Amino acid sequence: MEEIYINKGDKATKTGFGEGVLAAAEKNQQVVGIGADITTSVGMNFFKDKFPERFISLGIAEQNCVGVAAGLALSGKIPVFATYAVFSAMRTTDQIRISVCYNNVHVIIGGAHAGISVGPDGATHQALEDIAIMRVLPNMTVISPCDATQAKILTEKAILDLKGPVYLRFGRELVPDFTLENQEIELGKGQLMKHGTDVSIMATGHLVWEALQAAEKLEMQGISARVINIHTIKPIDKEIIITAARETGAIVTAEEHQIFGGFGSAVAEVVVQNCPVPVEMVGISDRFGESGQPNELMKKYGLTAENIIGKCHQVLKRKHDVR
Amino acid sequence: MFSMRFLYFSHPKKWFKMFDRIADFDKLTALASKIRKDIIRSLEASGSGHLGGSLGLADVFTVLYFNRMSHDPENPLWPGRDRLILSIGHVAPVLYATLAYTGYFRESELLTLRKMGSRLQGHPGRDHHLPGLELSAGSLGQGLSVAVGMALAAKMDHENWKVFSVHGDGELQEGAIWEAAMSAAHHKLDNMIAIIDRNKVQIDGLVSQVMEIEPLAEKWKSFGWEVFECDGNNIPELISTFEKAEKVNGKPSVIIANTLMGKGVKSIEGDYRWHGKAPNQSETENFIRQIDEN
Repeated sequence: MEEIYINKGDKATKTGFGEGVLAAAEKNQQVVGIGADITTSVGMNFFKDKFPERFISLGIAEQNCVGVAAGLALSGKIPVFATYAVFSAMRTTDQIRISVCYNNVHVIIGGAHAGISVGPDGATHQALEDIAIMRVLPNMTVISPCDATQAKILTEKAILDLKGPVYLRFGRELVPDFTLENQEIELGKGQLMKHGTDVSIMATGHLVWEALQAAEKLEMQGISARVINIHTIKPIDKEIIITAARETGAIVTAEEHQIFGGFGSAVAEVVVQNCPVPVEMVGISDRFGESGQPNELMKKYGLTAENIIGKCHQVLKRKHDVR
Repeated sequence: MFSMRFLYFSHPKKWFKMFDRIADFDKLTALASKIRKDIIRSLEASGSGHLGGSLGLADVFTVLYFNRMSHDPENPLWPGRDRLILSIGHVAPVLYATLAYTGYFRESELLTLRKMGSRLQGHPGRDHHLPGLELSAGSLGQGLSVAVGMALAAKMDHENWKVFSVHGDGELQEGAIWEAAMSAAHHKLDNMIAIIDRNKVQIDGLVSQVMEIEPLAEKWKSFGWEVFECDGNNIPELISTFEKAEKVNGKPSVIIANTLMGKGVKSIEGDYRWHGKAPNQSETENFIRQIDEN
């Protein structure tokens, strides 16, 4: 249920992922890790340090990593493979489609350093298309936690409780860590973060924090905004989206990803087929990123609380024009 | 067909454990011929598919399933079984015919190949629950990685089962094969044996003209593999080569099996036009007659 959210201190979601892998590995000895050279920077070092005999180094060869993961899973292991999302989700898409998804094996693919907030590395390393690509693959579950605490919980759950292929998206940047250790959370179920009646803001990843900031400011302007965290993008929680569409009549989505095909599109697919209401989307508008400091880039590319507020005003105008 | 089945398959468990392999060359040759004829019949029934490569591999599959591999058609998921990864999914007909003959399912089902609702997909698909099928595959270059994953799992669990994988020579043009090759040697996976179907032909023509892969043995050697080469259509030679490969310690083995596309049907042997084609009714009768005459 609704909570007051306070930032406990900035923490990268990759760290939560790494802690989740370790927690799962401590409970199930079939969990194995696959490394493609950048083990520490994607948070897999916790696992590697504790279980070196269950860690397999395969070098900078991501396509092979995914195929090997499929072979391990077919033989009873639960492989976790993580590298930068641009490589783990995109260089390897055919291997994920056939060796993992078509075989419907329980392989956990971690997409680290996702989004434009990777910053100075520039466009080559900023994954802005991974959600779109992963969510069209049959059998795939797509998870995008909102902070490090949630990343840890969902990673552990995804490894231990799910059966098929899983894509977990997380970032490198230190972002607010605000959800509770003992939060009630279920894969496939959206989280109502804040009640509201005029407009619903649906966000994924660390933009959930931005959405909460936006809702607070909107409240001061007399606008009651509902905030929903969609941490499982596929299968998506249709019920929470349809209810929000019915009750608030306007939706703004927010993601650190291309608008085309991404999280906003996933929400819109549910809305137009069930309860058509105006939808506005905060995200990257069909272009590549660039080098810069994360906060600079978030502003330049329109991914802040201010941008969410702007889209809320736009969608409310459309909502009232229709009426 | 049915008398053979009765003769060999009345006690499948007894026959197919490693220690009860069929060692008689004449019996194995007869089985390979039967598999070839069923490949032809299943392709005629489907009206499409890859005939040449499937026929060329009939001897390799006969040797693997009737002589080398430890497996149990009555218990397809027996954890101790040897695994067969077919990386070149387009030659599925030879896998299906062999699985049927070993007793995983009835031979009559072979005539459902590539038809809607069939367990015998054009390229193998595990979602259709065909007993004995280890992997959905068909996008070239992926199977060796999966084999590496399986071999790693066996090593981690201190299990003795082996992984055999079958690849095309044209498939070796895929870069991911060499990523997998590097990793198998790095992890000293002596429990896996890759078989290259070296028929020198791919869809556009000769492998040497489309994209040369030679010097092939040297490539594998330099990647840290133990390399064997043999006549892939000679059953005794295949058996002795597998015996040697299985004894290799500390590194993976590859067998470059020189095969003839369309082997067994004289009139189409070596003809790349039969790579991806199915025979019509009169061709089917003609091809089966040629196999009987051999």
